[in-house]
Amino acid sequence: MSNLLVLPILIPLATAVILIFLKEKIRLQRVISALSGLLNILIAVLLVTRVHSEGILTLQMGGWAPPYGIVFVGDMFAVLLVTMASIVSFAILCYSFSSIGEQRERFYYYTFFQFLLVGVYGSFLTGDIFNLFVFFEVMLISSYALISLGGTKLQLRETSKYLLINIVSSTLFVAAVAYLYAAVGTLNMAHLSQRIAEAGQGGVLNVIAVLFLIVFSLKAGLFLFFWLPGSYSAPPAAVRALFGALLTKVGLYAIIRTFTLLFVNDPGFTHDWIAWMAAATMILGSLGAVAYRDVPRILNYNVIISVGFVAFGLAAGTADSMNGAVFYLLHDMLAKGLMFILGGMIISAAGTDRLGSMGGMIRKYPLLGWMFFILALALVGIPPLSGFAGKIMILRGALSEGMLTLSLIGLGSSFLVLFSLMKVFRLAFWGNEPKEEQPKVSLKAASAVAAGLLLLVIAMGIGAEVVYTYVSQAGEVLASPALYIEAIMKE
Amino acid sequence: MELVMAVAVGILFMIGVYLILSKSLLRIVLGTSLLTHGVHLLLLTMAGLKRGAAPVLGKADTYVDPLPQALILTSIVISFGVTAFFFVLAYRSYQTRGTDEMDSIKEDNE
Repeated sequence: MSNLLVLPILIPLATAVILIFLKEKIRLQRVISALSGLLNILIAVLLVTRVHSEGILTLQMGGWAPPYGIVFVGDMFAVLLVTMASIVSFAILCYSFSSIGEQRERFYYYTFFQFLLVGVYGSFLTGDIFNLFVFFEVMLISSYALISLGGTKLQLRETSKYLLINIVSSTLFVAAVAYLYAAVGTLNMAHLSQRIAEAGQGGVLNVIAVLFLIVFSLKAGLFLFFWLPGSYSAPPAAVRALFGALLTKVGLYAIIRTFTLLFVNDPGFTHDWIAWMAAATMILGSLGAVAYRDVPRILNYNVIISVGFVAFGLAAGTADSMNGAVFYLLHDMLAKGLMFILGGMIISAAGTDRLGSMGGMIRKYPLLGWMFFILALALVGIPPLSGFAGKIMILRGALSEGMLTLSLIGLGSSFLVLFSLMKVFRLAFWGNEPKEEQPKVSLKAASAVAAGLLLLVIAMGIGAEVVYTYVSQAGEVLASPALYIEAIMKE
Repeated sequence: MELVMAVAVGILFMIGVYLILSKSLLRIVLGTSLLTHGVHLLLLTMAGLKRGAAPVLGKADTYVDPLPQALILTSIVISFGVTAFFFVLAYRSYQTRGTDEMDSIKEDNE
């Protein structure tokens, strides 16, 4: 039992409620949001150190012992993701101070921001599958508000689509939970894992597994990503960064959790599905990233490619590739947050999001240009940067399983990631400046945030050994569900 | 009884999907709300329909399972919020665009 586990959810929740009452006091709203963000980072780091020394932490809500009550579980995987999410969301919060605009700030932007975080942290920490649904909904309804805040025609159109897709997938989620409850009669994830193993994962449970896969894939953008590039283009850069860095990752977390803990007994069926979905995601995502010529869409397709890559690590299923998937997921939250922030800075500096009408920005904004360049190298996985360690572990695991085709697709998609980002770099920063002179925009505040995140990207690459000691502890639990079950059902 | 419920769920799903596939945004919203009703009935049916006393309060021979009802209650509250949001969104986009036809949406690219 550890009450510390509930704090990552309680702090943003309390902050959000307080912020509702401070509608007109924008400065105060900023200060309070920033303080709560910092506090959350502190608590998350504390959780990581405690899980590192004591093993999996659990918290039984209302003292109801599992499997009856709702239980919160902090295993290393969950708390690492909470830590990374709190760091990235703090950076995005600081970026929104200078970019989101007073109109949105006045209309509860920071409140929705905090509610979104409640949903994200809750999804990571809960150990109950219906509670996961509830936190998903908390996260989604805040994201509907954030995506439509501002109310331009484009936003209204994209929100309608995004909302409809998510309502349908949430309906399927409840249906899947209903079937699962009918089949095995419990909702606690550890207990589910036990019961599914006892019942043997036959036809019915495989159908339920696929239903869950469809639901989470819709949220994560794994293969079923048709809605993502459009919807993520509509809101302003800071919101885009938040979605790109956190929302799809929550879906991925749910896929990894269900397919390493619950549906593990028939990998020949389920994990093959995931593998081919991952391959299709990487191929189609790469095509999109190469084909488009406006910045938001190129970046959105890059999000999709990395979703495919992490799912590929899960599908390979060796200890090595699981560690790689965890490492890459952490790297990707950081790097995608930074990518969208830099993308937003490029758009506000150029005054357009079309690559065709940009050019020559390296003269006015050298720092921005080189930061983007280094980030591109990190996303591809050039050695001293953070993308490298995750990629090599995933590929090594996959090759040892003999998944040659998928590994080649993974490597090919990395190459196309490089190609698409270099296209942005070349067209935006090199060449001649466009004829109409753009006024120089001050990007000092945003640059400071981006530089901070970039330092973290570099540090995570150089200090990969240190990060690995934590990541391997997370991978250990993912590889053997017995550890997870034992921690929760011990009483 | 289970069979009747299953057919009812099927019909609700069918109508819901039909409405979602229509052009008018208002019909789509109604479709999503029917779809969630269907899934709530499904939850109730899947947990097993039986008569019995309420658990915890008093003694009886058979008890009903309280969990699906708690789940449905939670899910109803959530779908209530989401549907309310969807209605406001539909109304706002009707105001901005002057129509609630999904077809005409494609054209307005800012």
